[in-house]
Amino acid sequence: MNIILNNREEIIETDNITINELLKVKNFTWKMLVIKINGKVLKRTEYDTVRINEGDDVSVFHLITGG
Amino acid sequence: MELTYRERIRAYLKKCTVGIAGCGGLGSTCAINLARAGVGKLIIADYDIVTNANLERQYYFADQVNTLKVHALRNNILRIDPTITVKAFDLKLCSSDVIELFSGCDVIVEAFDKAEMKQMIIETTLTHLPQKPLVAGVGVAGFGMTDLLRVHRSGNLIVCGDQLTEISEDSPLTAPRVGIVANMQANEVIELLMLKFDSQNEYNT
Repeated sequence: MNIILNNREEIIETDNITINELLKVKNFTWKMLVIKINGKVLKRTEYDTVRINEGDDVSVFHLITGG
Repeated sequence: MELTYRERIRAYLKKCTVGIAGCGGLGSTCAINLARAGVGKLIIADYDIVTNANLERQYYFADQVNTLKVHALRNNILRIDPTITVKAFDLKLCSSDVIELFSGCDVIVEAFDKAEMKQMIIETTLTHLPQKPLVAGVGVAGFGMTDLLRVHRSGNLIVCGDQLTEISEDSPLTAPRVGIVANMQANEVIELLMLKFDSQNEYNT
């Protein structure tokens, strides 16, 4: 399926995957994240339940200590 | 008398309010440059005191060590421009504080140190203040690697920094790199504020 990931078009091999599956596929091993799908922020408890569909706009932000 | 373009911008920014969450390396430098740029009201929050080590990269001075950061920063801003309104909160912000203190701001700046706090304010703002632009700073450690610093935009959330470099023995925080990100944030804030600038209005006060 085609999705927008961090403002770029991406082709994901498997359709209808969960957020955690996407993070695994993309090798995002970061500990602390904020994830938005179509403008809506997800709760961490939703990473295993919310599924990504064709055309979804997904933003993954990596949070790091330092400032 | 007809105002110049620069004067109209200054008069417009004078009426703007920016909230700054955290007054360390990111927040202090960002606040100082928003003040110089002419933003009229700054709401700053931090619970920490200035230490000698902070002087390596934060906008404080040796004679301010052991004083509250929010008070020291307010003094430094007022030394630049005594007409700026600075609301200083000596507070470790929680989610409800973010909503209460910053809901009246035009733009919010995330300038915390800890990743958990960054996550808290981003989630709070996106969930409870979705119309409010939030400019965060993430991934500032080390030196050099200027090319890695970028701006990641997603609706009202704008993240400046590399989103990569963690603090470590080999990658300490250094003034120039933190300062670049603080100023990227300040620059994004000005751009966001200027979206509502009406060049026809003379902003006479």
